[in-house]
Amino acid sequence: MSRPKTVIIRYTALNRVNHWITAICFVLLTLSGLAMFHPMLFFFSELFGGGQWMRAAHPWIGILLLLSYIGLIIQFWRENLPNKDDAAWMDSMKYVVTNDEEHVPPVGRNNAGQKLVFWSMTLLIPVLFFSGILMWEVYFGAATSIPVQRVAVLIHSLAAIAAIIVWVVHVYAAIWIRNSVRAMTQGYVTPGWAWRHHRKWLWELASGQHGKNVIRKRP
Amino acid sequence: MSDLQSQDYIRRSASTMTPPSARNHEEEVAKLIDVSRCIGCKACQSACMEWNDLRPEIGHFEGSYQNPADLGPSVWTLMKFAEYENEQGNLEWLIRKDGCMHCEDPGCLKACPARGAIVQYANGIVDFISDKCIGCGYCVKGCPFDIPRISKTDHKSYKCTLCSDRVSVGLEPACVKACPTGAIMFGSKTDMKHWAGERIDELKSRGFDKAGLYDPQEVGGTHVMYVLHHADKPSLYSGLPDKPRISPVVSAWKGVIKPLALIGIGLAALAGFFHSVTVGPNEVTEEDEVEGERALREKENTP
Repeated sequence: MSRPKTVIIRYTALNRVNHWITAICFVLLTLSGLAMFHPMLFFFSELFGGGQWMRAAHPWIGILLLLSYIGLIIQFWRENLPNKDDAAWMDSMKYVVTNDEEHVPPVGRNNAGQKLVFWSMTLLIPVLFFSGILMWEVYFGAATSIPVQRVAVLIHSLAAIAAIIVWVVHVYAAIWIRNSVRAMTQGYVTPGWAWRHHRKWLWELASGQHGKNVIRKRP
Repeated sequence: MSDLQSQDYIRRSASTMTPPSARNHEEEVAKLIDVSRCIGCKACQSACMEWNDLRPEIGHFEGSYQNPADLGPSVWTLMKFAEYENEQGNLEWLIRKDGCMHCEDPGCLKACPARGAIVQYANGIVDFISDKCIGCGYCVKGCPFDIPRISKTDHKSYKCTLCSDRVSVGLEPACVKACPTGAIMFGSKTDMKHWAGERIDELKSRGFDKAGLYDPQEVGGTHVMYVLHHADKPSLYSGLPDKPRISPVVSAWKGVIKPLALIGIGLAALAGFFHSVTVGPNEVTEEDEVEGERALREKENTP
């Protein structure tokens, strides 16, 4: 295949750094959280230097994740606002999962699936944060009553499981739609990628709506 | 407590395997606390501190005989003093020795995420194996009696061990040894129930017709039992739960949700994997690149 000479900047360096800080926090929280959730996964605690270290680190990583995710919300909320293309995209789900993109209506910068991942995490991460604060034994163990803490633990577990499943979908989609990972590592996509997956966004780019400097010579 | 016996476990926290239990030919033990014979002298509190080498920080007088005010990482048993005005308008001073109840079905053990940090021996004693404790506080949420306390110094959870070290060598717990009135008795659970029955009959004959044994079946019975003069209202005794049970919230969290969550996450991952090996990746074609380049060029050239 001929290598395209032009590329399109999809994620800026700030976007990418912010994303990967969030990602690292999320993976660490998933490992330590699952270790404290299911006995069969308690061996993950060894990755953190033992159970005590893991228990101590988990909430601090959680704070970092919240701050980092707030950064992502600020950068990405606008492009994830729902629009009329979303329903049409969802209706064509059976073509989406079979890679039959000819039958999928053109979408802008993000499709409905990507927006769903964004808004799910925007809901779940604050839920995890606030329920997590109530269970933070070291500082907040005496702040609330035990029945409140029990409910917090339950909500925290359920929200975490939901977030992990959303994350699995997010990671798989990034691998499945080839060259998406490169958008988040090196920052760029090819015009063909944009044409295939985000045609309206490509048209917007072509008409100069997003400025000239997002379209560059291949690095 | 330290891990004295490791071959007579009947329960072990965060373990899906059968715990080592070859040496389980033990009689179930129980401590019987006869509240009606307690004079509130706190010898049991002192004996507990003495045997277990516990020295809580000296606190302040809070206007009550109850001192310290609450159980703590270094306060494993506490005389709780309650003043109760009965139907006849007479004052009753209800003094209850509080501490771990050693439930047959321990909520702390069910909630604990650390392997083997909480165990139950064949004799029924529930023990914290402290070096394995991670300090998460889940036992606090699991306990129906509000017993475990987490140390701010070493971030470990502590509670009464029922002197598992003494019991394992045939001695009675320190509090039992120290009690001057025989209000605290120790022996096999069967013997203790039998003895309690005699005491209850005696109390009834003295007019306490609601006297009875506190051995709550909602947690499978306990290995610390009370003889209460008002067994119909345990909460009179400084909030002893009327119907203690492992919270349904904890049961859901540590029961059905655990396997369902792993299955859910596993299925999501497997769905992705099998989508990948059947439908396969969604790759950009050469035609897409041509179209993409053309789309960019066309619009750029027509401002």
